[in-house]
Amino acid sequence: MRGFNATLQREVLLAMRSPAEVINPLFFFVVVVSLFPLAVSPTPDLLREMAPGVIWVAALLAVMLSLDGLFRTDEETGVLDQLLVAPVELYFTVLAKIVAHWLLVGLPLVLVAPVLGYMLQLPVSVLGTLMWGLLLGTPSLMVIGAIGASLTVGLRRGSMLLALLVLPLYIPVLVFGAGSLGRALEALPVNPVLAVLGAVLALALSLGPFAIALGLRISTGD
Amino acid sequence: MSDPNDRHRNPPLLQVDALGCERDERSLFVGLSFTASAGDIWQVAGPNGAGKTTLLRILAGLFGFYEGRLHWQLPATLRESMLYLGHRPGLREELTPLENLTWLSALHGQKQDAALMAALSAVGLGGFETLPVAHLSAGQKRRVALARLWLPGKPVWILDEPFTAIDAEGVALVEAQLRRHAAAGGLVIYTSHHQLAADTRQIMLGAHMPGSGAPA
Repeated sequence: MRGFNATLQREVLLAMRSPAEVINPLFFFVVVVSLFPLAVSPTPDLLREMAPGVIWVAALLAVMLSLDGLFRTDEETGVLDQLLVAPVELYFTVLAKIVAHWLLVGLPLVLVAPVLGYMLQLPVSVLGTLMWGLLLGTPSLMVIGAIGASLTVGLRRGSMLLALLVLPLYIPVLVFGAGSLGRALEALPVNPVLAVLGAVLALALSLGPFAIALGLRISTGD
Repeated sequence: MSDPNDRHRNPPLLQVDALGCERDERSLFVGLSFTASAGDIWQVAGPNGAGKTTLLRILAGLFGFYEGRLHWQLPATLRESMLYLGHRPGLREELTPLENLTWLSALHGQKQDAALMAALSAVGLGGFETLPVAHLSAGQKRRVALARLWLPGKPVWILDEPFTAIDAEGVALVEAQLRRHAAAGGLVIYTSHHQLAADTRQIMLGAHMPGSGAPA
């Protein structure tokens, strides 16, 4: 566990020094969701029908866009090399980076989502499912995206490749995430679907950091 | 190919046998062999693009595409024993020198604030501890990275261009610290175009000189 706390503290400190990187994904999320009632007709029934997909796709893109810089600045400054030669398990330092990133970027998305859901005419009774879904889903999106970010960190124009690499892998989380909300709207039981999201999260957290560590070593030439 | 006269001086820490590396279908070096012992200072020399940085990254375990054999004989693991400073300082600009060093030394299990302050004042950065690194000059940034030479506990130092951007007084300071480290039984391997006054050994990389180990 050596390095976990220190890295977590450092990441939070870094985010406080450059808050734009943390606030931009949240703005992106809010703006993208707000555009839909303007672009499509603001009929309550139509909005309610679209809401699960719109919110989940917007959250997914917000998470993905925030990940391009997760390792890039560290790579450019040589910090990544220091991380790789340090006598700590890369698993824990990588996990610390992801936990910090989720707390700073993912959690605000979860917290603001009910407001956006309400705007899209979702009944208050399903807002809990929306939050639970995002609470379980966004960390998985973080981990999966970070695997892509670790593989594209050495590339100068990696962000487009990151999107192509990561978006197909997001499909299961998207299907079950938006699906849980859809079921809630039809008053069907949502716990089985949330359980799948939880299982994906458990898998992502336990194996993801290994994949990310390997990706970082490959990208830096080992 | 280290000098045979000195071979029995100290126990060898690193044995390199017939090391070769190719990059972009161009052979950087082939058949590089040398034995580095405690108390040695090795300079990796050669023209730009000769593979100096690649050699150091191979030695540090950061680059795995090579042929030949590399054998460290250390009491602990290489990562426990090694201080590696790359040609980029390895500092985040948003953080202060002290915050950068605090994180790095926490990773290495050497967390002592007092020692970090002492190291920073040893490299002439007393009073700059709490200024973001972005506000420092290139030479000062390099000095922040080099401050880790004043932290104890790392017998092996692998330094890529440690003298870049620092002034003559800084060069003398670092040079003295490298000699002190070697005298205390440490091993220093560095790349630079700057020739140390002390009896360093050289690994010459370059077009037609695949390794030589004569004391300079």
